[in-house]
Amino acid sequence: MDDSTNRPPCMFDSHNSTSPCHPERSNPIRFANQIAQSKDPFCKRSTKDLARRLCNNFAILTFLTLLLLATTCISFAQDWVRTGSGLGVEKVRLAVPDFKPSSADPQNTALLKTFNDTFWNDLDNSGVVELISKSFYPLQVPGQPPEVTFGVWNSPPPNAAMLAFGNLSVAAGKLTVQGWLYDVKNTASPLVIGKQYTDVPTDDAARLIAHKFADEIIFRLGGGIPGIAESKIFFVSDRSGHKEIWAMDYDGSNQRQVTHQLSISLSPRISPDGSRLAFSSLTKSGWEILMYSIDLDRLVSFPHFGGTNLSPSWSPDGARLSFSSSRGGHSEIYVSDSSGGNLHAMTTGRGPDVSPAWNRKTGSQIAFVSGSTGLPQVYTMEADGTNQQRMTDQGYAVSPNWSPNGQFLTLAWTRKYGPGEPGSSDIYLMDIASKQWVQLTHDGGRNDFPSWSPDGRHIVFQSSRSGKEEIWEMLADGTKLHQLTFTGRNSQPNWSWK
Amino acid sequence: MKGINMKRRVFQSVATIIALSAVLMLGACHKKAAPPPPPPPPPPASPTASISVSPDTIQAGQSATLSWQTSNATDVSIDGIGAVQASGSQSVAPTASTTYHLTAKGSGGTQDATTRLTVTQAQAPMATTPSPTDEDLFGQTVKDIYFDYDKSDLRSDQQADIQADAQFLNQHTNINFIIEGHCDSRGSTEYNLALGDQRASSVKNALVSAGVTASRIKTISFGKEKPFCMEENEACWQQNRRGHFVYQK
Repeated sequence: MDDSTNRPPCMFDSHNSTSPCHPERSNPIRFANQIAQSKDPFCKRSTKDLARRLCNNFAILTFLTLLLLATTCISFAQDWVRTGSGLGVEKVRLAVPDFKPSSADPQNTALLKTFNDTFWNDLDNSGVVELISKSFYPLQVPGQPPEVTFGVWNSPPPNAAMLAFGNLSVAAGKLTVQGWLYDVKNTASPLVIGKQYTDVPTDDAARLIAHKFADEIIFRLGGGIPGIAESKIFFVSDRSGHKEIWAMDYDGSNQRQVTHQLSISLSPRISPDGSRLAFSSLTKSGWEILMYSIDLDRLVSFPHFGGTNLSPSWSPDGARLSFSSSRGGHSEIYVSDSSGGNLHAMTTGRGPDVSPAWNRKTGSQIAFVSGSTGLPQVYTMEADGTNQQRMTDQGYAVSPNWSPNGQFLTLAWTRKYGPGEPGSSDIYLMDIASKQWVQLTHDGGRNDFPSWSPDGRHIVFQSSRSGKEEIWEMLADGTKLHQLTFTGRNSQPNWSWK
Repeated sequence: MKGINMKRRVFQSVATIIALSAVLMLGACHKKAAPPPPPPPPPPASPTASISVSPDTIQAGQSATLSWQTSNATDVSIDGIGAVQASGSQSVAPTASTTYHLTAKGSGGTQDATTRLTVTQAQAPMATTPSPTDEDLFGQTVKDIYFDYDKSDLRSDQQADIQADAQFLNQHTNINFIIEGHCDSRGSTEYNLALGDQRASSVKNALVSAGVTASRIKTISFGKEKPFCMEENEACWQQNRRGHFVYQK
C-alpha cells in the first residue's frame, strides 16, 4: 500500500503534536503562516519576513494583517485561509471511473447514475483525496478486477495512486454492488478494499450503498477517521409554513420533516447515539425543551420547567443535557440528566446566558454565550460551572460548537458590531488553549450556527449569502463551500455525531 | 390691385373658415348643451312638483337644506312650514325624522311630492352600544415599552409610559395580560430569545414594583421570530425592540 495512506491526518489530530498544522501555542505567527499558506513561494517568504518584524507586540493584529497580506498575494478568492487537511501531505490521487452495469436489467441505468453521482460527490467532498478528472481516464474502464490495466492508470495522464471501480446490477429484485479499491502503483498486491453490498433496488438504497463504500475508502485513505457519508444533518425549516425540525443526509439529499408542532421549533440537537432529538419549541406554557425519539418517530416526555427554556446540548456520553432556562428569573445555563431530572444551574448573574455546547471529546467543559458584559461573548467553563473563561475579546460572538477532538471551537462572530457598523457575522475557528482564531467565511451574508461534522473535516452552517437563510457546508478550512438547502428558509443546522 | 384682390380673397376665405368653424362649433356646442326640445306646456297645464332634501340624513342638532320646484301652481305649501314660493330652498333642523309633504295647486289640478329627512339621535349610539370593553380600553391605553439595542433595562424615556401602564392596570385589576419580549432582526436566534425574555421580565418587574400583582402577568419571548417591522433600518429595528402588551382576559 502507498505509504501516504498510512499517514495520520494532519488536521485536528490532538495526539500528534508534531503535525505540521498543529497550532503552536507559543508562536501565533507560525500558526498563522501554516493556516494562511500561500500557493506562491515568494509570497510565502515575504509574508513570513514581514510577520517576523511585526510579531512581538501585536500578536492578534499581526495575525489579521498576515491573513490579509497572504490573500493579496493569492489570486484566488477562495484561498483566504487554509487550516489544511494534509498540509505538507500530498493528497492521494484517486481515479474513480463510473461503475459499470453487470446485468441487462433496465433499472440499472437510473440506479447507476444515482450511485455514481453520490459516490463521486462523497469522495470529492471528503477533502481527503484528490479526485482525478474523468477526462484523463482511458476509454476502457474496469468493472471487474481482471479488467484493470495497471499501466494506463498508474502513469500519466491519470497518474493515479488509487483506483476505485466496480459494478452494479439488479437481478431477481435485488440490487448488488461490487466495489474495489486498488493501489495501482503496487501491481503485485493491489487490493486495498473489496466489498459487496446487497439491498432493495431503490434510489435510496443505491445512494446508501454509495455512502457506505465511500466511507470505507475515506476511512482507509484518511488515516482511520470514519467517513461521514452516512451522517445526517438536522435543521430548522419554515417550508411547511411553521418553523419545524427537518433532517437530511449530509450531502443535502433526502430532506424530510421530523416534527409537526405547528408552532415555532428551534435549535435541534441530536443525541450522540442518534436515537433522540432535543429541541426547543414554543408550547402553551412558553418555550420548553422537547424530546423527540428518532426510533419511535414521536415526541417522548420531557419535563416542562417554566420560564423560557432554549438551546439544548448533549454531553458526549448522552447521559446529560445542558440548556438555558429563565425559570429562576434570568436566563442561565442549567444541566440535567437526559430525562430532565436532577436539574441545577451552572451560571448565575444578570446577563442572558444561552447556547451551551458540551466539549464533545472530554465532556468536562461547556462553552456558552453570555451577555453579562454587554454584547454577547463566548465563554467556557468546567461542566460543574467553575472556572469561567471569556474566549472572545470583542464584537458579537455566539453559537459555539466544539470540534470532535475537543481542541477547537467554531463560532459565529461579528468582530465589529453595533449601530453604524455594518460588519457581518462570519464563521470563525478558535484554538481553545491559545484563543487564537481564524476567520473561515468571508463572502458576505450573515453566517451563524456552525456545527462540526463527526470527522472534524467539515463545518455546516447557516448563511444568508444567497439572499435568504439557507444551509451551507464547507471544509473546516473554509474551502469547498456549497449550498445544501434551496427551499424556504433554513437555519440552525446540527450535524449528527456519527 | 392683384395684391389687394389676393388679400381680399384670403380675407374672405379666412372669414368663411372662421364663420364655418364657428357655426360648426356652435352646432356642436348646441348639440351637447341642448336638452331635448322643451315641449310646449300643454294647454290645460297641470302643476308639477318636486322636493328634495340634502343631506337626507343628519344627526339631531344639525341642519339640512330643503329644495323644491313647482310649475303651473298658484298655491304651494309644505306641511309643517306653510305657504312657500313656487320654487325655493330653506334650511331645516328638525329634532326627529320628518317627512316633508309638498302640495302644489294650480288651475290644472294638484300635485304632491314628498321627501324624508332621517334624523339620528346623537345620544342614541351611546345609549344603545355597551361601554368600551376592558380589552378595548387595554388596547387604547396600555403602551408598549421600547428598548435600546442589546439592552433589557428600562430606558428613562419609557418611565412615563410604564407608570401610566401601571396606573391603568392597577385600576383594572380584573385584567390578566401577557408581556411579549421582542428583538430586532440583527444578532442570533438563540441569544435574541434570551434577550427578549429579559426584556419581558424587565417590564414585568417594573409593573410589579408599581403595585401590579405578579400573578396577573405572563411573559413570553419571541426573540426575532415575530417582528413588527421587516425592514433593515434603525427605525424598523426600534419598532421591534419592545415589550408588547397582549390582553388575556
